[in-house]
Amino acid sequence: MNTLFTIAGVGILALIAEIVNLKRWLTLVVILGLAGALAFLPWYTNHAESAPAFNAMLMFDGSAVAFTWLIVIVTVFWLWMSAGYLRQGEHQTDKTSLVIFVVLGAVIMASFNNMAMLFLGLEILSLSLYALAGSKKDSLSSIESAFKYFLMGSFATGFLIFGIALVYGASHSFNLGEIFNFVKDNPDALPAYFYAGVVLMMVGLAFKISSVPFHFWAPDVYEGAPTAITSLMATVVKIAAIAAFWRIFGIIFCLTASHWVNIVYAMVVLTLVIPNITAIYQQKVKRMLAYSSVAHVGYILLGFVALANGNFVNPLPIIFYLAAYSVSSLAAFSVLIKVEENGGSFSGLYYRNKWLAVTMIVALMSMAGIPPMAGFTAKYLVFIAALSANLVPLVILAVITSAISVYYYFRVIIQMFDKDGSVEPVNVSWSIAILNFIFLVLMIVLGIFPAFDLLMRLIQS
Amino acid sequence: MYITVFLILFPMFMFLLLVGMRHKNPKWLALGGAVVELAVSIYAWINFIPGAERQFSIVIPMPYSFGISFNVGIDGISLPLVLLTTVLVPLIILSSSDKNFNRPSLFYGLVLLMQAALIGVFTSFDVILFYVFWELALIPIYLICLIWGREGKGGKITIKFFIYTLVGSLLMLVGILFVYMTGDRPLGPNAFSLNVFYEIGQRMQPGQQRFVFWMIFVAFAIKMPIFPFHTWQPDTYTKAPTQGTMLLSGIMLKMGIYGVIRWLIPVVPFAVVQFSNVALILSVIGIVYASCIALVQKNLKTLVAYSSIAHVGLISAGVFTRSIIGIQGAMIQMFSHGLVVVGLFYLIDIIEQKAGSAEFKDLGGIRNVAPKFTTAFVVIMLGSVALPLTSGFIGEFLLINSLVQYQVWIGAIAGLTIILGAVYMLVAFQKAMSGELQPGLASFTDLSISEKVVLYPVVLLIIIIGVYPGPLMAVSESSVSALVNSLPDLTPFIRP
Repeated sequence: MNTLFTIAGVGILALIAEIVNLKRWLTLVVILGLAGALAFLPWYTNHAESAPAFNAMLMFDGSAVAFTWLIVIVTVFWLWMSAGYLRQGEHQTDKTSLVIFVVLGAVIMASFNNMAMLFLGLEILSLSLYALAGSKKDSLSSIESAFKYFLMGSFATGFLIFGIALVYGASHSFNLGEIFNFVKDNPDALPAYFYAGVVLMMVGLAFKISSVPFHFWAPDVYEGAPTAITSLMATVVKIAAIAAFWRIFGIIFCLTASHWVNIVYAMVVLTLVIPNITAIYQQKVKRMLAYSSVAHVGYILLGFVALANGNFVNPLPIIFYLAAYSVSSLAAFSVLIKVEENGGSFSGLYYRNKWLAVTMIVALMSMAGIPPMAGFTAKYLVFIAALSANLVPLVILAVITSAISVYYYFRVIIQMFDKDGSVEPVNVSWSIAILNFIFLVLMIVLGIFPAFDLLMRLIQS
Repeated sequence: MYITVFLILFPMFMFLLLVGMRHKNPKWLALGGAVVELAVSIYAWINFIPGAERQFSIVIPMPYSFGISFNVGIDGISLPLVLLTTVLVPLIILSSSDKNFNRPSLFYGLVLLMQAALIGVFTSFDVILFYVFWELALIPIYLICLIWGREGKGGKITIKFFIYTLVGSLLMLVGILFVYMTGDRPLGPNAFSLNVFYEIGQRMQPGQQRFVFWMIFVAFAIKMPIFPFHTWQPDTYTKAPTQGTMLLSGIMLKMGIYGVIRWLIPVVPFAVVQFSNVALILSVIGIVYASCIALVQKNLKTLVAYSSIAHVGLISAGVFTRSIIGIQGAMIQMFSHGLVVVGLFYLIDIIEQKAGSAEFKDLGGIRNVAPKFTTAFVVIMLGSVALPLTSGFIGEFLLINSLVQYQVWIGAIAGLTIILGAVYMLVAFQKAMSGELQPGLASFTDLSISEKVVLYPVVLLIIIIGVYPGPLMAVSESSVSALVNSLPDLTPFIRP
């Protein structure tokens, strides 16, 4: 919980940085602050240590710690990548602090032990994001994106609160442990409105993880927002939303899974098929990446289908998938940002900047799930999870859709080798080159040496 | 025992060297690397003790990864294919010596990366490792076809090829994982090793075996390609750069046949018995169908592409008889087909360069101006039509023999391949080589030294293997018979 204090402190520091004239080094200071926050996180917890904190409002158990690690590390990479975006224009300090508050909300969403904290975390995260999505104030599409996101997001939050209220009505508690025990003690005598509450919560959270059919906001918002913010939404926010989804449906309600797991199946099928096919028709790389980010939710949800047996959902495949996806996605977005700064066309990129193109190729291959990249290992894990629940047809569907996804990912690769494209070279600063190299190494190393055992030890508690 | 590791990692190292450093003469550097690789593989062959045992093997558990290990080795089934790869890659590099690619270091680097992946496929004894190499082989060939191919903008054909094969391999992944999940799911260093896989697979219920069979079979059938899965092949062969076509047809399609021998028949033996008739009939349809299409081709290159489907159909039919003769014939024929098809595509490349086209209407009478070229063409062509004393004969004889033993009428229809093959190849020779000299071909020069360096070894090897196949047969013999004998007794399941 010191982690939480530290992150909040860094956020406030970033807010007042303008007064103490720290602007120049702000990004570096914030990165160091987040690293300090990580220092308060245990490397792994055993059961005794994962005691509830703040009057049982939060619980830093093994999986929460793992999700928090992931969130903070991804944010550090994001800050490194987006230093340029943060510096350009006005309001550097405001933007930076909003990002830190997004992280704060995300960490709460990964570790809440009380429905009120879920709502609080979600709102801290969302409100900061609404503002960030509209942070390019002179761009009409950025404002449109913020407005759309705000409307849809608050609508979804409404569903979520309604669901929480109904569940509270049945179980008389906001505390996750007590709700779980209530379900366990009355397996047959749960009132009907309890299930209604569960389903409403699922709708609310499905909006946040942008699973089909609740994904309609995602492509427009992703496209309109500044690219750096889009990549924040596609990574940090997605991790947090999935973490919350997992905590609610993978653990707390898992005993009632037989009543609503069919909804999850339907979401998996739709989320695998629709965005993968829609992405083929996209003409802009940014919008294609938006659809691909929706499609990846389908594979992550595949890690949830083991629910059919009424077991806890093993978070390992989910966390690993999110890690692999975040790294690949950040790499792709960092290339996209550089390309956008240089005319916005990918054609002939290989001849304009070799390493940028290589990073993009590896990132796209990783997202398409081609070994030995990280994305393959991630897909391997979720397929294993689904197969252990005997859901062979779903896995075959996932396999086919991931072959479809190759089509739109590789179209970008083909374009990068287009010889007739523009020829002006793309220049990349040293810091971004080093970052891209780190992404490249991470994407390959996570694929070859996935370090499952370490992750397992981190999660087990 | 580090020979295998060296064989896999050295080309990768060369790839990094070529791509990472600016070298003045990447072609010669790559050639040097390929020759070293060839020398090491011949050293392995000399030290190989003929027998069923796996040699030069090494097991390194991968850290933190649930029992996946770097488990490689060479046995009698791997060695011929490793040799084929190491023999063909230097020839393929040499065959490009007249060409000036843009970005040559990337091109040759990718060829060597491909070599590393192919050798990895042929030597892995861990199924996940096999799968990773299987997919890794796809990336360099895709880039080679995309960047240096003759296809215009869009890359539709290369992407069709990529997605087609990727669908197959992903289904194979589902099959592999399914087998793993039905076992005890051990986490030790051998969780995915070949022997564990055989054990789990052979204990599976018939229904499960059928499912796994189709998942894995499709992947291999696409790679080979067997009849209904072949549609990617002719386009890709014609549009890829010649060296890419050589890699695809010479080595890569052997991955599919190798996969059937190593990873399909012993893993799900009951399902293979049940469906071998289906697979055999598909293969035989492929033989006849592709031969007939080859007959009416107007372009030498597409003709060879279709003839390749016919030859591979025969090989896969032989493999699916599950007899020692059939698999042994497949081993020889894979080697021979690799040589022949690389030779043929190189000849066509020479024709295309010198005559400007490989359409029959532009060709004719080359014999009059280029006798040495014609001699090489004749020998390689005869290797392709399986004339006795060429390498093609040994393989096709064994294959057809096994088919006749399995089922006479299948053998009879498959035997058509020899007749039809002779017809289309001889017609092609007639149209392109003999007859009146076409006016545009007067400047057709005979073989240059660099062309001889490639063609003469191919010609010699075709004849040497045809006359004296003993050493090559001895390598794979005991491994093949050990594999066939290890199959459970399936006679009660074989339908008359």
